[in-house]
Amino acid sequence: MIEVNAEGLEIRDLSVSRGRTRILDSLPELRARRGELTALLGPNGAGKSTLLQAIAGLLPTDGELSLDGKRLNELSARQRAARIGYLPQLSEAGAMLEVFESLLLARRLAGHHDDDANLAHCEQLVEALTLAPLASQRLGQLSGGQRQRVAIAQALVREPTLLMLDEPTSALDLHFQLSVLEWLSREAREHQRVVIVALHDLSLAARHAAHVWLLHTGRLVACGSPREVLTPARLREVYAIEARVEWPQDGSPPAIIALHAL
Amino acid sequence: MTGTLTSPATAWRHRQRQGARWLWVIGVLVVLACLLDISQGSGQLTLARLLPALWQPQAADPLAHVILWQLRLPIALMAVVVGAALAMAGAQMQTLLHNPLADPFTLGVSAAASVGAGLGLILHFDLIPAGLAPLTFLNAAGLGVTLNAFVFALTASLILWSAQRLPGVGVQTLVLLGIALMFFFNALLGVLQFVASPEALQQLIFWSMGSLERSSWPRLGVLSAVILVCGVIFHRRRSELTALSLGETQARALGVDVRRLRLTGLLCTALLTATAVSFVGSVGFIGLVAPHIARLLVGEQQQRFLPLSALLGALLLSLTSTLSKSLIPDVLLPLGMITALIGLPFFVSLILKRRGLDG
Ligand SMILES: Nc1ncnc2c1ncn2[C@@H]1O[C@H](COP(=O)(O)OP(=O)(O)OP(=O)(O)O)[C@@H](O)[C@H]1O
Ligand SMILES: [Mg+2]
Repeated sequence: MIEVNAEGLEIRDLSVSRGRTRILDSLPELRARRGELTALLGPNGAGKSTLLQAIAGLLPTDGELSLDGKRLNELSARQRAARIGYLPQLSEAGAMLEVFESLLLARRLAGHHDDDANLAHCEQLVEALTLAPLASQRLGQLSGGQRQRVAIAQALVREPTLLMLDEPTSALDLHFQLSVLEWLSREAREHQRVVIVALHDLSLAARHAAHVWLLHTGRLVACGSPREVLTPARLREVYAIEARVEWPQDGSPPAIIALHAL
Repeated sequence: MTGTLTSPATAWRHRQRQGARWLWVIGVLVVLACLLDISQGSGQLTLARLLPALWQPQAADPLAHVILWQLRLPIALMAVVVGAALAMAGAQMQTLLHNPLADPFTLGVSAAASVGAGLGLILHFDLIPAGLAPLTFLNAAGLGVTLNAFVFALTASLILWSAQRLPGVGVQTLVLLGIALMFFFNALLGVLQFVASPEALQQLIFWSMGSLERSSWPRLGVLSAVILVCGVIFHRRRSELTALSLGETQARALGVDVRRLRLTGLLCTALLTATAVSFVGSVGFIGLVAPHIARLLVGEQQQRFLPLSALLGALLLSLTSTLSKSLIPDVLLPLGMITALIGLPFFVSLILKRRGLDG
């Protein structure tokens, strides 16, 4: 069990710029553990998407990023992509590609062939995300939420060590918001993956995340358990809202209710 | 539908077989169209008299033999090969630039190739120096002209590639830029025509209209080789190319080196376009129409999409070749004219269908 601490994603002194603008300013030491769901929170423009893109290797970075003690910058694009599954916030609308084929494609790019085992693996994932009825449809013909679920499946289909999802529930109905997050926590736990999810729904984050990173204007404001981080005072400071935060004793889920904007 | 009854994997296998079936169907149609093309032409030679010359020695029917092997067959096969080359180039330009309106013709790459070919012709630019006697037959196939065409086509492709990298350049902006490129290179071609000698002028006009008249076996061989090489390169990168249709971010997140893929791919499309254009001149819209139909039939999965596009391009140009001979009796209409008359309305309808998608 001592080993577990050396595992997961480690960020140290990370800065990210886009062009000449520095978006993220030397984030201190941060760790996302295997087996846990980490929620990445912060208001619009805080830098959540920028951070995820930087970890995915889509933006140049300063500072240190390592996964299971291995520095990510030393890996080739392909090796890095094989360890990381990433769901962008905005995915492309109209590919004329079938859902099932798009999952196989992601596996093929990781060196798998279209053999029975591979097909069975994709089929399992399709069932798990209740995508089976959509499997033969083209991506361009799906609704926003359906496309989002397919994109989640695409991020996961290569069984990455690190799974990063940028607002995976933004287009989902209430049923799938809950079931996707439950399923993600289970994925993290059962397969010892590092799962980082950028979210705007604080109640969902409080309920499912073991760990929270709170960003504001490119800086880390707080990190820790949801209970430590998501206090009314902090929400006032970061989100400019007056909020009621409830942690019921009876085991029912926590609730963070925005009362009014300041 | 199928998804609820059978398992997703079974349904997927079924659709893969369906896609393969389309390849066979269109492949057979190409052969038939090619036969139809051979049967047409001046001189009252029926297919029944021509076809035996395919396997009989010259002596049996010398006239049929000469007409088949020197005239009809090279032209019919050239139509097939050029159609396939242009459709491949169009399909991959659409994939690489992530733009369904892309095609060597609409984006000015063909026009650039024409200018390069014209310059090569006027300046008598030969690829193989006269000293290398055993190889000079390649000059006769027009390879120097082709190389020049390639340099120009590549330049136009690289301009498009750099423009596409600028932030905020959408599908239609790129098409506008391509049309501007086309105007520019057509103006250059006009200048060339103005200063050209009478015999060069004739060839230049022939290029700007598109014609299969100068087909020959060496040229057929060269273009087939180019198709083969590019086909192999595209085939080896098929998964990466398919991933591009998911968008650049997704492709990169899946580990695809998008920049290098685009460069390699555009090099191939420029080569395909330049070779085709330097042999038969400017033939528009095949590279737009064929991939569009292929996409409707089998989607954007490369291992089906690319070969089917190529076969459809071959079919379309083969039919066009037949039309060019038979539409007006005893008059050979320029190929490019017919494809433009059919392709332009198609292009406009594609643009109108995309209304409002570009913000
Ligand atoms: N492509 C870009 N080019 C330049 N600046 C950008 C770009 N994308 C984002 N930014 C800037 O970076 C900052 C952080 O943006 P980011 O997308 O990371 O925020 P976010 O926390 O994901 O916000 P949201 O909740 O709206 O998704 C913002 O100030 C934004 O203006
Ligand atoms: Mg974001």
